[in-house]
Amino acid sequence: MHDTWLKLFEISIILGLLIPSAAMLVWVERRLIGIWQDRLGPNRVGPFGILQSFADLIKILGKEDWVPPFSDKLVFIVAPVIGAVCVLMSFAVIPFSPNIGVADLNIGLLFFLAMASLAVYSVVLAGWASNSKYALLGGMRAAAQTVSYEVFMGLSLMGVVLLSGSFNLREIVLSQQSGWFIQTQFVGFIVFFIAGIAESHRLPFDLPEAETELTAGFHTEYSGLKFALFFLGEYLGVMLISCMSVVLFFGGWLMPEPLASWLPAIVWYLLKVSVLVMVFILLRTSLPRPRFDQLLLFGWKYMLPLALVNLLVTAVLALTEVI
Amino acid sequence: MNFSPIVTMFYLAALIAIVASIKVVTRKNTVHALLYLVISLIAVAVCFYLMGAPFAAGLEVIVYAGAILVLFVFAIMLFGLREDETQYAPSHHGISMWFGPVTLALVLLAQLLYTINHQGIQQQLSATVIDSKQVGILLYGPYLLAVEIASFLLLSGLIAAYHFAKDVTHGGQQ
Repeated sequence: MHDTWLKLFEISIILGLLIPSAAMLVWVERRLIGIWQDRLGPNRVGPFGILQSFADLIKILGKEDWVPPFSDKLVFIVAPVIGAVCVLMSFAVIPFSPNIGVADLNIGLLFFLAMASLAVYSVVLAGWASNSKYALLGGMRAAAQTVSYEVFMGLSLMGVVLLSGSFNLREIVLSQQSGWFIQTQFVGFIVFFIAGIAESHRLPFDLPEAETELTAGFHTEYSGLKFALFFLGEYLGVMLISCMSVVLFFGGWLMPEPLASWLPAIVWYLLKVSVLVMVFILLRTSLPRPRFDQLLLFGWKYMLPLALVNLLVTAVLALTEVI
Repeated sequence: MNFSPIVTMFYLAALIAIVASIKVVTRKNTVHALLYLVISLIAVAVCFYLMGAPFAAGLEVIVYAGAILVLFVFAIMLFGLREDETQYAPSHHGISMWFGPVTLALVLLAQLLYTINHQGIQQQLSATVIDSKQVGILLYGPYLLAVEIASFLLLSGLIAAYHFAKDVTHGGQQ
């Protein structure tokens, strides 16, 4: 019984830190984009504008939480919750440090993939339940995009599974003690990262909500708290993909020896994650948005063969014990 | 019968699966029916997990709930079906229409009852965990032929889909 309370305490600490940091990420992103585009960004609320997200939250809470009369009400309300819950559930299997992490599941990687594939429903159902043309188009784009990119997101990770011989994320981290998987699985990492951007609907793959052509895509009809949930889900998704990349390809909390003793493991882990989050933001500022058919063609014609060849080469090299 | 937490969770998940499955066939709204099907599949995955097959549970969610049913929802969204289009359904509800499905369902029910009563099977359902490695060894060992046949089937399905989807009207090459 004592263990259960300890676990519950750990879960609430992790959730209590995750959600505010996702909100902070909004400010970090706006500020960084501002700097890279040679302007200031939000710098008025608090020192360096650090309380901007808090101000945004107050604004969002003050808005009317409107459910359109023409919508499918229950599905309309449930859709944003599904998205946020699926992403938060995925964090349960992530090993943050040698002894921090909610669940040590022996199918951790599969659990992550399962939650990622269930998260599609959030966007698809939001688009359908809104009962408006723009939202429906956004929802359909989201379904096509996510189903396509999911295929090789899973395939790109199989190289890592092959090398570590486990679906358990903690064991995957521990098997990188002799060298991070980014050395041998560079192609796998690139494919995973691109698929991850597509899964979290970030620029340049934000076609489901492309504001220039679909007003706001699947969340056109959403406002107030329900919109905030979509927003939160997106930024949690960015953090999730970064966390997973670090666990699978950058050795998790591990560091080479002289560096490892300088800082605690969890700090190293968070530092690696924040570098990857910055890459996400930098990609957003520097890349244009492709057309939708280009997006799907790119996926099936380049990413899928690349992931398959990567898996084949890894399998051959692992069998002949080269790596 | 002892009700340990695991057993209670199993029956809870099984109950959810049954209720959701009933809702699938009674809903008028197609998308709602599909959503209940998703819930039913997730509940079945929980049952698998509790019975010591985590790999099967994971694949159940990824493949069925996460991929196939998304495509179902996608298709229904694409065709804009909202209410079940009852005017196109066959109108006569005679015995001849019920006979086939009822017979098949009864056979299945008989099989299920026999399996539940059979003692040997109940003992096999102890808490042995079957991990992904064992599943892989079984698939590429004794069941290799089945895997190969399934892959032939999928490949032919893929080729057929490609053939049907090919655009021949707008100067597409044969």
